[in-house]
Amino acid sequence: MRVELDNLSKSWDGVVGADKITLDISDGDLVAFLGPSGCGKTTTLLMVAGIYKPSGGTISFDGRVVNEVAPKDRGIGMVFQSYALYPHMTVFGNISYPLRIQKLDKAVIKDRVQKVADMMGIGDLLDRKIAQLSGGQQQRVSLGRALVKEPQLLLFDEPLSNLDARLRLTMRGEIKRLQGDLGITSIYVTHDQVEAMTMADRIAVMSKGILQAYDVPEALYDRPKTLFVAGFVGNPPMNFLDIEVTRDNGEFRAKSESIDLILPQERAEKAAAVKGKVTMGLRPEDLNLAEGTSGHSGPTLSGVAETVEPLGREDLVGVGINGVEMRVLVDKTRGVRVGDNLDLQVDPSKIQLFDPVTENSLLWA
Amino acid sequence: MTTAEISPPTHPVAGLPKAREKMGRRFAYGFLILSIMPIVVGYSWIVVATLSFRTEGLLPRNAEGGIGGFTLSNWDFVTDGAIWNAMFNSLLIAVAMVFGVGIASTAGGYALSRMKFAGRKAFLSMTLVLHAFKAEMLLIAIFFVLRWLGDIPIIGNFVGFNSVGGVALVMIALELPLGIWLMKGFFDNLPWDMERAALIDGASRFRVWWQIMLPQVRPGLAALSLFTFIAGWNAYLVPFTFTIGTKVANMPVFLNQLISDTAPTNWNQVAAVGLFQMIPLLIFFIFTQELLLNIYAGGSKGS
Repeated sequence: MRVELDNLSKSWDGVVGADKITLDISDGDLVAFLGPSGCGKTTTLLMVAGIYKPSGGTISFDGRVVNEVAPKDRGIGMVFQSYALYPHMTVFGNISYPLRIQKLDKAVIKDRVQKVADMMGIGDLLDRKIAQLSGGQQQRVSLGRALVKEPQLLLFDEPLSNLDARLRLTMRGEIKRLQGDLGITSIYVTHDQVEAMTMADRIAVMSKGILQAYDVPEALYDRPKTLFVAGFVGNPPMNFLDIEVTRDNGEFRAKSESIDLILPQERAEKAAAVKGKVTMGLRPEDLNLAEGTSGHSGPTLSGVAETVEPLGREDLVGVGINGVEMRVLVDKTRGVRVGDNLDLQVDPSKIQLFDPVTENSLLWA
Repeated sequence: MTTAEISPPTHPVAGLPKAREKMGRRFAYGFLILSIMPIVVGYSWIVVATLSFRTEGLLPRNAEGGIGGFTLSNWDFVTDGAIWNAMFNSLLIAVAMVFGVGIASTAGGYALSRMKFAGRKAFLSMTLVLHAFKAEMLLIAIFFVLRWLGDIPIIGNFVGFNSVGGVALVMIALELPLGIWLMKGFFDNLPWDMERAALIDGASRFRVWWQIMLPQVRPGLAALSLFTFIAGWNAYLVPFTFTIGTKVANMPVFLNQLISDTAPTNWNQVAAVGLFQMIPLLIFFIFTQELLLNIYAGGSKGS
């Protein structure tokens, strides 16, 4: 089912929850609403579900405006962070509840519940009480209950946040596979950018009720349109530096107290037109430790290792450069220690530049 | 000495701490026994008294002053129709209250907890204030209301002055502020997501209330039912004021009628009626206490 949000807004007594959200979800896509808590992603989801009434704008399913349609008539299934199971019912009671309301034939209900439960891997738990299940099993029941209605649209509200890290990884893959197999259009709300990047076909990044960007994951990562998107997408987060871009004899330089870099023309042209400072963004993975002896290519920065966080495969090193800290991913075989003097190699073709006032990208906006 | 903290207090090392501990336990038990003595003695006396002609202290005495003189004559009232009539009236009032207060409180509590409507805050604070007023203050005003209700054709016969229905109605009204607040508190503690899930699953608002929310507040409803039943069963002031004669008297009023101003009162018989009045409450409590303890866990985590 194709879902279109057009200028969708929600406010309570002047407090804005979602502000003029406009986006278009293609049939069969999994779209993630990504943002920090309080950014309006759940508000938007609940409007799509029909729990909240929009203050303005429209929601359309396959071209039909559904603003006034009751939740039960929207053909949706929803999975909640808290699972929201009915604790006084068994697993069977929970999954069969939507069908029992529809007053379907008992044999049909039993058949469909068993099928969904088997698909979720909880087929042998149907007689259990909810309290007797683990968190992962409860979330499977919740997913089963959403799927048993054979919905046109699946809504996920941070479904994995209450699970432990390992289970989250497994469930993430399972939900993605299931959604792909069934081809049900889905909206997935999360504050975890890894979850959004790995699962979603497209990601809607939100902040303070405003849609910041709506694009495929790679585009958000490589071509962030706003400062917020650049800082929120990617882990560890992007480094930001205030610099001035100047043009000398056809050469573009990024200058500040701590650095002096030569930038490629296609990146720097727009930034050079800005008077005063601009914000430069550099991902930790785009900074490399310069080899001590070999002649290195490209501009370098010098600093001191202030923090070293082992991540397993790599170390996340905080490098102090004239009072500014930059996070850098370093191969752990380098054995960087706190206090070491380091030369950092910058890949100029990966540099992002933002207007500090409008916070829009000077490359992609 | 971390082990000493963890191990149970059975260390055989020194005699002194053990003795002190024993002393402390004895003192605690002694205090507990002492504090429940008035109740134990009181109930023991009632049981003994109902089975004897007269008592001296806790001991039954016969005509010669020796121990003995047991009789069942104090329980003769059981064969009399009047007590059964009073008991039936008590039961009617109590059951009507359990249902009336239960339905109105769960419905009202849910609405006040979950719905937005004009005057919600004012209503909440007003019920709280009203609850602070004693029923005695309202007796005269209620009398006029009941008289007026009694004049309404047909309905008046059931809820007017000097009717069991009228008494039940007044008692329900007096109990409602407590009930609504109690149930609102229970509904407040339930997660919104469960309700949203049910709405998406296709349930109407009424069905959500009836099938999803109500089962979650069952322990609260059981507690409320117990309070209300006891309040209705033991109701004295309201039935005494708004009923005349024995036909609509409930148990406490019946009990009061045994105590005469002009003739000597048979206190042993009064004790027997009192004990008799307690029996249904005990039975009711046995059936509801398990429900009270059975509080649901799981199914909803985090927020």
